[in-house]
Amino acid sequence: MTKFLRLPDVRSWLLAMPVTLVLSFFLLLPLLMIVVVSFWGATEYSIYPAFQFDNYQFLFGSSVTYQVFLKTFMYTGITWATTLAIGFTIAYFLAFHVRSQTWQTAFFLLCTIPFWTSNIIRMISWIPFLGRHGLANETLIKLGLIKEPLEWLLYSDFAVILAFVHLYTLFMVVPIFNTMLRIDKSLIEAAHDAGASGLQILTNIIIPLTKPGIMIGSIFVVALVMGDFITVRFMSGSQAANVGRLISNDIGLLAYPSAAATSVVLLVTVILTISIMLRFVDIRKEL
Amino acid sequence: MRSPNDLELVAVTKRYGDAVAVDNVSHLFAAGTYICLLGPSGCGKSSTLRMIAGHESVTDGAIILDGRDISKLPPAQRGTAMMFQSYALFPHMSVRDNVSFSLKLKGEDKASRHRKANEMLELVGMGHLADRLPDQLSGGQQQRAALARALITKPQVLLLDEPLSALDPFLRVKVREELKKIQRELGISFIHVTHGQDEALALADEIVLMNNAVIEQSGSARDVFNAPRSEFVARFLGGHNVVSLEGKRYALRSDRTRLVTPGDEGLDVSVTSHEFLGTHVAVNVIGPGDVELTAMVPEEQFYAAPVEPGDSVRIGWTAQDLHLLAG
Repeated sequence: MTKFLRLPDVRSWLLAMPVTLVLSFFLLLPLLMIVVVSFWGATEYSIYPAFQFDNYQFLFGSSVTYQVFLKTFMYTGITWATTLAIGFTIAYFLAFHVRSQTWQTAFFLLCTIPFWTSNIIRMISWIPFLGRHGLANETLIKLGLIKEPLEWLLYSDFAVILAFVHLYTLFMVVPIFNTMLRIDKSLIEAAHDAGASGLQILTNIIIPLTKPGIMIGSIFVVALVMGDFITVRFMSGSQAANVGRLISNDIGLLAYPSAAATSVVLLVTVILTISIMLRFVDIRKEL
Repeated sequence: MRSPNDLELVAVTKRYGDAVAVDNVSHLFAAGTYICLLGPSGCGKSSTLRMIAGHESVTDGAIILDGRDISKLPPAQRGTAMMFQSYALFPHMSVRDNVSFSLKLKGEDKASRHRKANEMLELVGMGHLADRLPDQLSGGQQQRAALARALITKPQVLLLDEPLSALDPFLRVKVREELKKIQRELGISFIHVTHGQDEALALADEIVLMNNAVIEQSGSARDVFNAPRSEFVARFLGGHNVVSLEGKRYALRSDRTRLVTPGDEGLDVSVTSHEFLGTHVAVNVIGPGDVELTAMVPEEQFYAAPVEPGDSVRIGWTAQDLHLLAG
């Protein structure tokens, strides 16, 4: 028995066993179930095992599906671009302008403070701020900048994207900051020595070397936004829909096969999106 | 014999808060020479180099090159180029792109800058590796790529920050020969910061030895070695004993320190250890007042009359080999 355990192959397999079991039971098996159920049938009051394409046919036959997917991509695209711009700037400031490590750590922790409360609370706290008689509107009216309250501040696409950006910018900051910290400061000096201006250093040195971090942050943000449903529901006041809400509505109606089919399509879409992104940048160096 | 290409430091001072890194240093670096800035760590040699390069601001004083004060100019407009200690090659660019980077910034078109980069890479013997990425190169190759990148800006003065410290000892000797050869071919000044005295002695036309933020002594390698001005210089360069005689202190080269027969002029000492060094044997002795001295005895002479630790011996010298130290 001990001899058997000493075989290098056996030991590797045993070491990999716990994670394999956990992932099989809690990831692969449920995923498989979703795929299986997506082919089942449903009536108003029951679901029954079957192998039919009705759910997919209905999904791809409805114009709502395309609108909702389009909306999801729009939320994802705008949120991605905004979090990237803000996240890159914050990370750049932390990594290259804050000189002392103590302050770097302090500022970084400051960025994480919003994460000490739950997602939902952070989202809901926007409502009294953005509402018709909320802080933002009242302030703007008092300043005389507007006469009527701005209607589009809350329960709108603007509110949804604002909440997404608020919730997910840190997921962009962390990997970019991490990659930037690994850039040897003498590279910046060498570029400076060669005559590069600040902007040229940014475009020729820092951005190319930060690409893996940008990509990891982008994967986080894209996956989170595409899979979200609660932010869209709260911030749009149930007036806008993304794929997540489509699934959640089906579940509310106990239409599990239809929800499963939508989930499968969403999963494939997210996987495709991320694999396209990975074609552009090699992130292996960062892992 | 001043030429316009001389680099001159005029009362250059660098302060970090209250700490003085470089204290009122003035020196003329003659054009076309290989200069080694030598000194222990923290002596101010790196700060001096970085001020010349423009990567460190000058607190006070002026740096004159080509008849103008360059101390306020950005690095690329000074007529200097720097080769960094860790080479600082851009990891995402091929060797050719690294070398031609400064030309790209100047807006030169791709064909012309690549041609110039290839020429420069040929000069340092790296032509065949131009397409590689830096992490596909050995330490010595990276060093040469960094050299080519620094030289492509056609600097009047090349600044090298401990360029050999990342190499293994064998390569170090080989690369330093190449550095010297390239310097001679180009005829520009190299200012090379190092804390290795052997490196400085081997390379330098002029050694500038720094300690405690000031220049302790400067001159040709031979002059500095044969006539150290202070005890610090004698000890830092190595190969010297410092002996006290009649209240005065003298430097005495250890290879001119001999084991002599009792009765001759010298000091009675006792042997603490000896090391075989190939051509010589280093005999370490301890003398009156616990002074530690070393005598370099030619190998065959030592083994003709070997001494062992604990033996009492007498060491001697010729009076002209004693060199009076200041202070």
